[in-house]
Amino acid sequence: MKEKRLISRRRAIFTGLTSAGALLLSGCLKKAPPTYGSILRIGDDLTYLAQRGLLSQRALVMEYQQSDITSFPVTDIGDPANPASTKAYSKEYEALLKTDFKDWALTIEGAVAKPGKYTLDQLQKLGERTQITRHSCEEGWSAIAEWTGVPLAVLLKDAGVLASARYVSFYGFDKYAESIDMLDALHPQTILAHRMNGESIPARNGAPLPLRVETQVGYKSVKYVQRIVVTEQFVDPAQDIQAGWSWYNGI
Amino acid sequence: MSASQTTHSETFRHKGWVKSAHFVITFAFLMLLVSGYVILMSHPRLYWGKAGNDLTPALFELPISRNYHHGGWDKAIPFKNLKGSQVSAARTFDIFNENGWGRSTHFLAAWFLIITGLLYLLAGIFSGHFRRDLAPGRGEFSLKILWRDLVAHFRKQSSAPGKYGLLQKVTYLSVIFFLFPVVILTGFAMSPAIAANYPFLLIIFFGHQSARTIHFFAAVLLLLFLLVHVVMVIRTGFKRNLWAITFGK
Repeated sequence: MKEKRLISRRRAIFTGLTSAGALLLSGCLKKAPPTYGSILRIGDDLTYLAQRGLLSQRALVMEYQQSDITSFPVTDIGDPANPASTKAYSKEYEALLKTDFKDWALTIEGAVAKPGKYTLDQLQKLGERTQITRHSCEEGWSAIAEWTGVPLAVLLKDAGVLASARYVSFYGFDKYAESIDMLDALHPQTILAHRMNGESIPARNGAPLPLRVETQVGYKSVKYVQRIVVTEQFVDPAQDIQAGWSWYNGI
Repeated sequence: MSASQTTHSETFRHKGWVKSAHFVITFAFLMLLVSGYVILMSHPRLYWGKAGNDLTPALFELPISRNYHHGGWDKAIPFKNLKGSQVSAARTFDIFNENGWGRSTHFLAAWFLIITGLLYLLAGIFSGHFRRDLAPGRGEFSLKILWRDLVAHFRKQSSAPGKYGLLQKVTYLSVIFFLFPVVILTGFAMSPAIAANYPFLLIIFFGHQSARTIHFFAAVLLLLFLLVHVVMVIRTGFKRNLWAITFGK
């Protein structure tokens, strides 16, 4: 008798929790990127929702002193200027690097009123922010550097970002790409850097314009940025999720 | 025959919620241990301070994957406008990196640990479990008794059955109220988004890489506790103890 009642109580709790959970999830996930599909991706989504729901999205990451600046390892998929690098080589990039990026321009398109191109000069005139921040790699190491660049929020505003825009994708010359949501895109420390430690960006650190997403781990900061696409729908341009990596990495 | 091998008629009675929390946290901890080891394999160097990487000196390096002392670095290019000797250098070595599933598993397991841990803390406070079973009683806490227990422990004598000895209480309390909080908070300190909201985490643990190193040592101590705990469970009556923490009434 006792046992029977215990089971029915447990069953009632489980049924209640599952249906409440299902209701909650269906409400939340409409706004979350569809990264579910495996247990691990459900965990990533939970982290994303919790960090978005429980943390202030305006908080700035810690900024450091000049004396804290460290050496900076380059650990990417390859050198886009080197024909021997099978994954990353771009003939166009090699030519641009040879002429010191004279003919380089950043393309911005998608859910913006004024899609088009920006030269380095035009970007620099939009506005500038300098920050000494820490790059935290998913591998476990970290490095501190000073970055100067145009805040992404300023560029998006100048391009006339539409109210319906929700995600921003960045495509690098090295064929690497990432997307971030509008909260990180509009974060004051999310910048497109044109200077590192007081000099133009060294070639292998993402010249001429690397993205800095300081609120997430390193691999969201696309280097050698060529093209920015603003979208209303979620896109995973680097196929992070298919490759088994978390799309959101505030942790 | 030592005292530890005798079977005790009186068994510690664990509450249902204590058993459930014990089970979930054990499972989560094992998942965290395995995934944490995999994450460490991709960069088995530990540092002290705000930042650290292959181009800066390490506290020590663990020989646990092909990434140990790999040395696959291109020519170092100095930053022109810095006073120090900081450089940029590209990696030429294809490292071991299974952090895709490693990190996601780690954080999924951390969710189980944190949610269950919080429920356990609340239940422990409001049911009187901490006060009754774990807090040393009036006059029970003295270095003398602790020393006596410690000596008894190494002489392989177990304490009275049915309740915890002082050494056991102090150990459990340290694990619950010190090691787990430290390992969780140093984990938070490593998260860019959490540390942006709570910068004191980076300050109390002396920086991002110090937090990572403390995270590692706290995990090692927790593993050490787990091993000693299992040995004690076996030596003081494996069947009875296992029954008590699972199906025993």
